[in-house]
Amino acid sequence: MALDDLYREVIMEHYRSPRNFRELDDATVSLTLTNPLCGDEITLYARIADDRIEDVTFLGRGCSISQASASLMTEAIKGKSLDEAVSIMSDFRGMMRGEPVEDDESLGDLLALSGVTKFPVRVKCAVLPWEALRQVIAPDQTPE
Amino acid sequence: MNVSLIRKDFPILHQRIHGKSLIYLDSAATSQMPLSVIKAIEEYARNDNSNVHRAIHTLGERATAHYEGARAKVARFIGAPAPQQVIFVRNTTEAINLVAWSWGMNIHPGDELLLTPMEHHSNLIPWQQLARRRGAKLMFMPLRSDGTIDLQELPRLITKKTRLIAVTHVSNVLGVINPIQEIISAARQVGARVFVDGAQSVPHMPVDVKALDCDFLAFSGHKMCGPMGIGVLYGKADALEEMEPLMFGGEMISTVSLETADWKELPWRFEAGTPNVVGAVGLAAAIDYLTELGMDSIHAHEQQITRYAVRLLKRIPGVTIYGPEHPRGGLVTFNLGDIHPHDVATVLDQEGIAVRAGHHCCQPLMRWLDVPATVRASFYLYTTEAEIDALAHALEKTKEFFGHGIG
Repeated sequence: MALDDLYREVIMEHYRSPRNFRELDDATVSLTLTNPLCGDEITLYARIADDRIEDVTFLGRGCSISQASASLMTEAIKGKSLDEAVSIMSDFRGMMRGEPVEDDESLGDLLALSGVTKFPVRVKCAVLPWEALRQVIAPDQTPE
Repeated sequence: MNVSLIRKDFPILHQRIHGKSLIYLDSAATSQMPLSVIKAIEEYARNDNSNVHRAIHTLGERATAHYEGARAKVARFIGAPAPQQVIFVRNTTEAINLVAWSWGMNIHPGDELLLTPMEHHSNLIPWQQLARRRGAKLMFMPLRSDGTIDLQELPRLITKKTRLIAVTHVSNVLGVINPIQEIISAARQVGARVFVDGAQSVPHMPVDVKALDCDFLAFSGHKMCGPMGIGVLYGKADALEEMEPLMFGGEMISTVSLETADWKELPWRFEAGTPNVVGAVGLAAAIDYLTELGMDSIHAHEQQITRYAVRLLKRIPGVTIYGPEHPRGGLVTFNLGDIHPHDVATVLDQEGIAVRAGHHCCQPLMRWLDVPATVRASFYLYTTEAEIDALAHALEKTKEFFGHGIG
């Protein structure tokens, strides 16, 4: 069934119990984004020091895809250097554009979101938290 | 009304989506076109296409006859006293913006504009921005808990300062059918103009502008079996005379010199440039189609389908329906437990069912309902009870799919 491509177990699990779902008291940066199409909302908090994402959390409300994507994102980039995070972000954005994934290891659990590309109207849901991240760590890159 | 015969007129309905029969429950966004409309558009394109009004040749005469014939048809359809009071625009949004910019020049600091919190963004933002431009005050009628307007508050809100009341006839989210007549009589006491957003009413029920006594009415062709890109602004003659043209160019002038110009009479002064003749042809064919079936019968069918849908959906544990139970326009807006409307709509699409999910261009109303988004199933003359059964069944499946803890 095609729906299982979209709603993989990892995604549903992260949707039901999102990781790092809280405000970050000692955040050095925070940013709220809204998807004007559906009203989905995400606030990303990060504590960045010495070019490293020491901690990252989020709050928000939205569909399973946007919430799971945010949860998976925080796990993927926590503790990473800014360069590493930008590289993961680029790989993820490439995957969402339907480009072949070159580095499986870089994306890890995020690969579960690859099925979203079969549902073009839902890609915006998956990239919302990543757009928040882009604005924080790579404001020079073009938005998706 | 024989719905199975009607469905034969709509070729688009007979297709499979993800292997399932298409069940189209998004007519409040865009309705489908019957064969007669498709054929009218094709025949115009094949035989009569040319520019209107100035042409001396035969095709130009035919195109002009089509275009002005469509205007007369629209006028009869809504009971307008004269075709000159029907202005063709792209859609309801353009009609509202035209009035807000042009008639809006009569608004002065301290004047009040009265709206409702249930307006579509297109019947909110043009007035909101007009109020900002002209220093007017924006007021809102309060809603009761079921989403209907609290009429008891009207005497307090409609005063000598009220210059314009803009209100939707039927809400595209709540399905509320607003008491337009009461609002207009209250407006008459203080000399306020009333703009009625008919996008969700004109396609679905008999609407007579003389009986309503509204100053302006707007609606869109693509929500009433016609094509996109053609809409209507109706205005009372004296209200239209209070308006200056918004767009200048060809078709709308009488004489032009290098320094000055003056305008054609109504309605052409508001239709600068080459108009959407093929759209008007399609709209005229759509009006013929609806008229032959009868707007009363269409309304009765939708009422029956809507009552059936409300009854069926209410039985599904976890379903919350927004808006009054009855009477309501032909749509049901709801949520299914905590499952996000986007997720619901994706699962339904896999079942071949087209619904709308999101804020439906009504963010303030979503805040009032205290939900980020909702699912909306909307009905029309071709909707069957079997399709509602399929919707209910698919919603049960959606709950199963997302499992306990969410549903």
